[in-house]
Formats: sequence, C-alpha cells, structure tokens
Amino acid sequence: MENVGIITILGIILTATIRSATPLIFASLGGNFSERSGVFNIGLEGIMTVGAFSAVFFSFKTGSPWAGLLGAMVIGGLFGLLLAFLSIYFKANQVIVGTAINILAASLTTFLLVEIWGRPGQTDNVEYFQAWGPFNFFSYLAFAMVIAAYYVMYKTPFGLRIRAVGEHPRAADTLGVNVYVIRYICVTISGVLAGIGGASLSIGSLSLFKEGMIAGKGFIALAALIFGKWNPIGAALACLFFGFADALQTIATNLPIPKEFLFALPYILTMLAVSGFVGKSVGPAAGGKPYEKGEK
Amino acid sequence: MESRMNEFKEELRKTLKEIAYPLIAILISFIAGGILVYSFGKNPVVAYTALFKGSLGDLNKFGETLVTVTPLILTGLSIAFAFRCGLFNIGAEGQFIMGSVAAVWAGWAFTGLPPILHVTLTLLIGALAGGLWASVIGWLKAKVGSHEVINGIMMNYIAMYMSNFIVMTFLNEPEKAYSFAIADSAKLWRFSQAFVQFKYSRLNAGIFLALIVALAAYYILNKTVRGYEIRAVGYNPHAAEYGGISVKKNIVLAMIISGVFAGFAGAIMATGVQYRVNNLFGFTGYGLDGIAVALVGNNHPIGVILSAFLFGILQKGGPLMQIQGIPKEVVGIIQGIIILFVAANFVRVVAEQIKQNKELKRSIEKGEVE
Amino acid sequence: MRGGIKLPVVIEMKGIGKSFPGIRANDDISLTVEQGEIHVLLGENGAGKSTLMNILYGLYQPDEGQIFVKGEPVKITNPNIAISHGIGMVHQHFMLVPPFTVAENIILGKEPSKGITLDLDKAIKDVEELSKKYELKVDSQALIQDISVGMQQRVEILKTLYRGAEILILDEPTAVLTPQEIEELGVILKSLVNQGKSIILITHKLKEVMSMSDRVTIVRRGKVVDTLNTKDTNIDELAEKMVGRKVNLTVDKQEAKTAAPILEIKDLKVLDSRKLEAVKGVSLQVHSGEILGIAGVDGNGQSDLVQAITGLAKAESGEILLNGKEITNLPPKDVIASGVGHIPEDRHKRGLVLNYSLAENSILGSHYSKRFRQGLGLSYQRIREYSRKLIEEYDVRTPNEKVLAKSLSGGNQQKLIVAREIDRDPSLCIAAQPTRGLDVGAIEFVHKKLVELRDEGKAVLLVSLELDEVMTLSDRIAVMYDGKIVGILDANDATEKKLGIMMAGGSAQDAE
Repeated sequence: MENVGIITILGIILTATIRSATPLIFASLGGNFSERSGVFNIGLEGIMTVGAFSAVFFSFKTGSPWAGLLGAMVIGGLFGLLLAFLSIYFKANQVIVGTAINILAASLTTFLLVEIWGRPGQTDNVEYFQAWGPFNFFSYLAFAMVIAAYYVMYKTPFGLRIRAVGEHPRAADTLGVNVYVIRYICVTISGVLAGIGGASLSIGSLSLFKEGMIAGKGFIALAALIFGKWNPIGAALACLFFGFADALQTIATNLPIPKEFLFALPYILTMLAVSGFVGKSVGPAAGGKPYEKGEK
Repeated sequence: MESRMNEFKEELRKTLKEIAYPLIAILISFIAGGILVYSFGKNPVVAYTALFKGSLGDLNKFGETLVTVTPLILTGLSIAFAFRCGLFNIGAEGQFIMGSVAAVWAGWAFTGLPPILHVTLTLLIGALAGGLWASVIGWLKAKVGSHEVINGIMMNYIAMYMSNFIVMTFLNEPEKAYSFAIADSAKLWRFSQAFVQFKYSRLNAGIFLALIVALAAYYILNKTVRGYEIRAVGYNPHAAEYGGISVKKNIVLAMIISGVFAGFAGAIMATGVQYRVNNLFGFTGYGLDGIAVALVGNNHPIGVILSAFLFGILQKGGPLMQIQGIPKEVVGIIQGIIILFVAANFVRVVAEQIKQNKELKRSIEKGEVE
Repeated sequence: MRGGIKLPVVIEMKGIGKSFPGIRANDDISLTVEQGEIHVLLGENGAGKSTLMNILYGLYQPDEGQIFVKGEPVKITNPNIAISHGIGMVHQHFMLVPPFTVAENIILGKEPSKGITLDLDKAIKDVEELSKKYELKVDSQALIQDISVGMQQRVEILKTLYRGAEILILDEPTAVLTPQEIEELGVILKSLVNQGKSIILITHKLKEVMSMSDRVTIVRRGKVVDTLNTKDTNIDELAEKMVGRKVNLTVDKQEAKTAAPILEIKDLKVLDSRKLEAVKGVSLQVHSGEILGIAGVDGNGQSDLVQAITGLAKAESGEILLNGKEITNLPPKDVIASGVGHIPEDRHKRGLVLNYSLAENSILGSHYSKRFRQGLGLSYQRIREYSRKLIEEYDVRTPNEKVLAKSLSGGNQQKLIVAREIDRDPSLCIAAQPTRGLDVGAIEFVHKKLVELRDEGKAVLLVSLELDEVMTLSDRIAVMYDGKIVGILDANDATEKKLGIMMAGGSAQDAE
C-alpha cells in the first residue's frame, strides 16, 4: 500500500503545481504579446495587483464572481493601455514606466482597500469561483489561452505582423503595417491577461485580496517567458516548472530543509533560468526600443 | 581664481538645469494630488498644511523626518549611481536588508571594542554586505548578460528570506520575532544626547554620513576617470569599448558601489535607529522608495538629496493629515503620480515639442538648408 | 521626350516643400517621371533626394506641393496608399525581417489567408510564380539572415512587384553590390522597363547615372538644379551641378615612400557573432608611408578584420604585430596605447558617445592619460583646452566644445573623430568607411588628412565600400572576398574591371 501513498502525494503535488502555475501562465502569455510586439512589460506585477483587487471589488459590489473577472479584465486592460501610452507616445524608458505602474498599483490598492473596507491588510471574503473537479475555472481557461495564444502568434496574419513589428518595425512600417496600433493592441492585451492572472489569485482559489499577495509572480512570469524562449507553449511549460517549485511548499514540513529556503526556491530557480544556466534565449530584436518614424 | 569661479557657476547652471524638469513634475503632481483630495470632499490646503506641519512643525518632527530622509538619500544614490551606468538596480531593497542584518550581527558580535572602532566596523560590514549582494547581480549581467531587473527582484526576495532565517536562528532573541540588539558601543550618536530640542526624535549622525556620501558620489561620477568610464558605459557601451573602457568591469563595479550605498543605508538604520532586525513579513520599502527618489532627482546626487527630502516630508506628514480626516494613503498616490510623470519624461517631452515647433517654423520662414 | 516621342507622365511632383527642425530638406521641388523610363535622382549625401522619395512613398507628408499619379492628383498619407497607386520602394537599408523566410517577408501586410488562418502554402506558390515571371531568382523558404545580399535585393524588388508596383523607387541600390552585380542589376532594370515598369533611381554615383539612366534630375541642398537627358551630358558636368563648383575627382598625392612594415598580420582567423568563420586566414602587411586599401563588398569579413586588429573582436588564431610587437587579442586599451588609431565605420555606435560633450568625446581613448589628471580626478580645464585645439585645427563647425556630440552634423562629428585619432600620433591609422554619409567638402578634408598621415611616414589601413575612394587613395589595394584576401594589386595596375572580378571571388589571375 506504499505505492498508493506515493501516488497520492504525486497527485497532490501535480494539482498544486497546476494551481500555482495558473496565474503565472496568464501573466506570462500577456508578457508574450507585449514583448513580441517590441514593448517590455515590467508592470505585469502591478497589473496583476490591480486585477486581483478589481476582481474582489466587483465581486463585492455585485455578488457575482463573473463580474469580478470582467472587472479585472477591464481594469487590467486600462492599465495596460496606460503603460502603452507612456511607452509608445511618450517613448519613455519601458522598464521605468513598468516600475512606476507597479508602485502606483501598490499605493492605489492600499488606498482603496482602506477607503472601502476601513482597514489595511486584507479585504473581507467575497463570492469566488468554486472548483470544478480538482481545479478551478481559471486553470482550464489558462490551458485554453495557451493554445489560443500559440495559434494567433504563429497561424494568423495578425501574429505574423506582431512578430514583424517586434523584430524590425521599420520593415513592417514600409509595408503599411501600423506599428503603433499593433503595439497598443498587444500591450493592452497583456494588461487584460495580467488582470485575469491577478483575478485567478484573489477570487480563483481564495476569496479575498491581501496586500502583497502577488509576491513577485509578475516577475516570475517574465522569467518564465524568457526561459520559454518567448513562445506561448514554452512559457507555459516554464510556468509549470516554477509552479512546481512553489508547490513544494505544501509538503515543506516533511522535508529537513529550513522553510525559508523553500520559500526562496522559486526565486533562486528564476535567477538560474534567466541567467542561461538552463539554455540561452534571444528575445525580439526591437524589444524595448521606442519606434520613431523617419529615422535613418 | 576667475576660472575657478566660472567653473563653479558652470556646474551650478548645469545642476539646476538637470533638476528643473523633475521640480516641475513635482509641482504638477502636488496639484493633481490636491485635486484628488478635493474630489474626496476634503480641503487640499488643510491637507497640505497638515503635511508640512506634521513633518517640519518642530525640531522633533524635523528630526524624525530626517530619520526617514537619511536612508532615502542613500538608496536613492544607490539607484541613481547604477542608472548612470545604464543599470536599473531594483535590487537595492535586498542590499539594504543584507546591510541591516550584517550590521546587526557585527554590532552584536564584536563587543569590547572602543565605540569609534565598533561603529566604523559595523557600518563598514553592513556596506560591504550590500556591495557583495549586489556584485552577484553585476557579475551575472557582465558574464551572461542576465537582466539585472529580474535578478534584482529575485534577490530581494531571497534576501528577505535569508534575513528571516538568520534573525530566527543565529541571532534570535529567544521567544521573540526579532534579533538581538547591538551593543551600545556600536550605536550611532544621537542628537538627543546633546540637544534637548531633539529629545523625542531618533535623529542620529547618519544624516551627516549620508550627505557626505552624496557629495562623494557626485565627485566620483563627475570628476574622476572612473566616473567618466561608468557614464560612458551607461550612455554607449559600444563606444566605451572602442575607447578602451572595459564594459564588464565597470558594470560590476557600478553595481558593487550601488550595493555599498544601499547596504550602508541598512547599516545606518540598524546602528542609528532600530538597533535590531525584525522577522520581515514584507519589504522595508526603502529600496523601492529609492527608485522614486532617484527618478525624481534625475539620477543626480544633488537632485537625489532634494528628492529624498521631498519623500521624507510626504511620508512623515501622513499621520497628521490622517488626524485632519485625510487618509494618509493619499501620500502614496501622490508618490505614484509623481513617478509616473517623471517616468514619462512628460515635462521634457512637452518642452522639446515646443522647441521643435519653434525651430520648424523658423526653418520654413527662412527657407534655409542646414 | 525620348526618341522624339512624347511619352505619358506617370508621376509628377509639383512644388514639393518639406522642413524638419533646423533643415529645409525639400524646397519647391518639381519632378516628372515618364512611362517606361529609368530616371535618376542625383545628389550628394543630405541633398534631399531620399526625403523626396519618402514623400512619394507616403512615409513623410509634404508641407507644400502636390503629387499626381497618371495625371490624377493624389494625397499619399501612408505607404498603403502609395502601394495602391502602384508605387513601390526598395530602401537603401533593406527592410527585411531576418528571422522570417523570404516568402513571409514578401507577403507581410498583404497576407493570403483562409478565414483567419495564414495560408503560407499559397504565399510560397505566389512568390515562386512571381519569381519566375520576372526572372528574379530567390529561395522562398530560406531565412533572410542566411541568404546573400544580392538575393536580399531581389526579395526587396519582388516585394514591390507582389503588390502590383508599376513605378519602382530604388534608393542607392548599388551600395552593396560588386561591379558585376551592378551590371546584373542594370539588366534586371531594363527587363522590368520592357515589361512596362517605370523606375526612379536614387544615387550619388556618377558612373551609374551614365550607364543606367535615361534622364537625370540633379538635387542640391533641397532644390532642383536641373533635369537633363543622360545622353546629352557627362560625368564632369553632373559632378559640377551636383556640388555647385568644379570638383577635383582625383586626389593630389605624390609617390609613396615606403619603408619597414608597421602592421603585420599572419594567417588571422576570426569568428563572427554566429560562431562562423568571417576571416579565414588573412595575411597582409602595411608599410610605413603607405596607404593599403581593402576593397570588397560589404560582409566579406572586412569589418571583422578591423575589429580583430583593434581588439574589439577575438582572434581565434594567427598573429597581429605592430612595429614588431605582438598585439593579438590585447584589449582595446592596450591596442590604442601601442599606437593604433581607429576611425570606426559606424561613428554613432563606436566613434562617439553622443550624449557626451565634444570635450569629453575628444579624450575618449586617452581619458586615463596623466595629462588630463588633477589630483585624484580629472582636470576639465585641460580637457576643454585640448578639445578646443582639435576643433580649431580640424575645422569642426560648432559653437563651442561644450555642446553635446549629438547636436553636430555627420560631417563635423566625423571630423572630430578624425582629429582625435590622428592627433594621438598613431603609428597605424585604420580608417573604416571614413567618408560614409559625408558631403564632398568633408570627404576632401578627410582624404587630405589621410594622405598627410601617410606622407609623414605612418601606415594607413583604409577599408571602404566605395571602390572609387579605395582606388584614388591607396598605394596598394587588397581585395577581400569570403573572408580571404584574393589578391593584392599595386594601385597603378588596378582597374575597376580587375578589382570587380576579384571582389566577386575571382582570383588575380582571372582578372588578367
């Protein structure tokens, strides 16, 4: 009967892995769209934060978690649009803008948290998504999103144009492809997806918003993207890998390792991943560079 | 003598130009914040008066404001310095934490030393710990081109957990969620020891140290060969390489110096203010605030000093604003707006657009070429 | 009019004006292009020809003026509209996405699709049909980063034909071609004309104007100088109209007085960024008092050779000796200290820190020298003095030495770089594309300085894509092809035909 025990434990780890990976997958896919079009989105963390908060807020106001999800998508999209506007129109440094959004998101959610619930720390419980089988709705959605993202990127004209804009925007421009519009769309999509990712954390398995609950997942998602070579399927697999490291915490007590080390493990692995100790990857050539019409 | 005077005037003019844009951004953000306060039904004038009274109202309050300003100057410098080399040291938070914990260890472990020596040793060890922590990020960037933002953030989390581990095991005050306190011989001199007006503040010698470091940073960046090389790498690594400058060496060096500043900030907090380290449930915020300080200070050491004062005032004036019925989180939002404006180079973009339109008009009228 | 018959006008640009901040790029320019002709727009770098064509193609909007296509007035606000009117453009720097295939590049923006799915099979089929029809051989499934420059150009032309271009604009198409490939391009253009196309050619190369065009419009400083039938004019007249004064197309130089070799390269191998051999065993010498020119089409290893000598790239094997001392794989700092000056081929990437002042740029490479020190730090007073000296001696046009390098014109930026590198009194000066993008006045200046260096007994290694420049300046000419030196000729023995054969891979014997 030992085998059953091991299978049960593996089962627990697998479900925990997928559950941990789900928010990462959404954010990572979002990052994929943005970066493939040539815009770094370091603000995924902040957008996940406002997404998580919005989901709780709209669920609180309407009593429906679906409204919460919709709210997260809209708010996430708006923040994505803000990032796009600053990066594309103002041609600001994209890493700074993303960081600014992260800081703004943190202070905004804290402010609203106190305003609405009267105390800092965390909100009350709200209506959330009950699980369907071993996973909740978001995990199934994530799976579908990965396939959809892959299809769009590699099998549609829109995806071809996105990749062209990210590699050689001027070439696309001379063929009448609107570089700015494509970038705006892609960065807004990344905001929507990151919003869903945040929602999956707050009303997907929990039922509330807690300050600091995103805990760097927005950045781990970026690392997964790099690790997955800017490919939706690769990124999803990388997210599973990081989700696994996270899931180890559930059986942490059984291992003779200090718990702080296990907490730190996902972050250590991320560093190893982006430092090329597990394979090198090169991003879109025009990544991070604002596009100027008429440059020689 | 005449040329020395001209040089100084030149420096002043350049410095003022560099901090002009951020100053305008701050002004706009305060106005935006005022509008926000008004929209919540409160009086902006009351709010801002409370803000300034709460932070500068009397010497004690001023002292406490400076207590916050001190680490902000240093973490702001940390990030500004790294930026000059083209690096975004978002890992300053982790370097701050390591500096704190290392300093507390040194302050607790090396008893029996004369105070001057003990304080110096403690501060040095804290600063070096920060430098070491940052060197990992620098080395990874130089060796494999790994992005310092992601690594920095990861090392922030790793630092937090490592600090907790140390605080709850080796340095643990039994039954408590914090570390041992440092010995008296390691503590920084406090103003309250000599001036009764500062009796209720924790203002310490750290503020002087921070200002000295800022001036040193200014000198290094703008007046030395090393600074020339670092800035060249920041502006154009290809040209720097062509000019015989080692890009890799300067990246690592800039990160180490940056980490030393952040670690020093943590060390000052440990030896001057808190005397111990807590089990952390989240980040201290000094490192992250340093980003805002550096941005608003336009990555210029003098700008950073002024910017740190601004943020100190914002943070310390909050509670008094709260008493007036205005939630202190408004401060956080004003901060966020400031950063957004500065990040967007809003003022600069608008100014350049105006300049370009004027030049365009002139060219069309004159019908000139080149 | 050609052959006495008045042909229909396909393109008319009337009174075009366009300003940028500080520059009036086009001033009341009028141009007509007739059906079936090859019309050249001739002018120096910066004359305004590319701007005019970018307006025609919808990348810029004119401030004044009108455009007529086949007699109809049109407003071309973006490339899509230009394309819909049958205008296609092949840019000077290719607009191809390197990791995409040939087919993907050609269809981008006009993709065949089944529903929302991309139909790549149809794309490939369409491309191959087009390739056959116009006899432009391409490999539709190859990645752009893997194909030759000549094929890349054919892909660019196919891009325009795929969109039904009737009028083709080609911007400096011969910059990247060998003399033989230029002839082939001429054949392709004539064939396109026979199939009913009209062609506008932008160039500053006088020889090509004479051999390829029917009519030529000369542009100078944003204005049209004249429009002539090619067969009614000659190179000297064109040159004079292009520049505005009589131009000396040769360089005054005395016979070389050479002595011992200053630079010796023995069997050098260098890998490029993709770990492929870019320099495959090169040996050469440059003597004191001589200019050795390296001719060759871009991408045959010249850049990698220069980078290896200057320490910016690693030498896999072989030796590099300067004045008998080995400098192989020394870091750039030591190479500079050994006495090597380097005028880099990309002045914005390598030659200058654009956000530094002219003063700070003047000491790049010698910034650690004791002469600029003061106590623990730098003496900015001495740095500025030095900079002012360079600016005056080399006629750099600038209000003062404190302005940022990015505010200077290309010609003046290059003069500062030349000043800096030569004033260090190097034994060897490497000049890579030293006159790229410069106007005639600046070109003459740089050439003069290089000859002066050589007359002082220094060694000059000139690497240039402009064959004329190599032929007029050099005492000996080496040709690089596919990472090897295929031959070294004495300047007196070198003809364009011989060099052209060698640049395309033929040996020195083939060329005899």
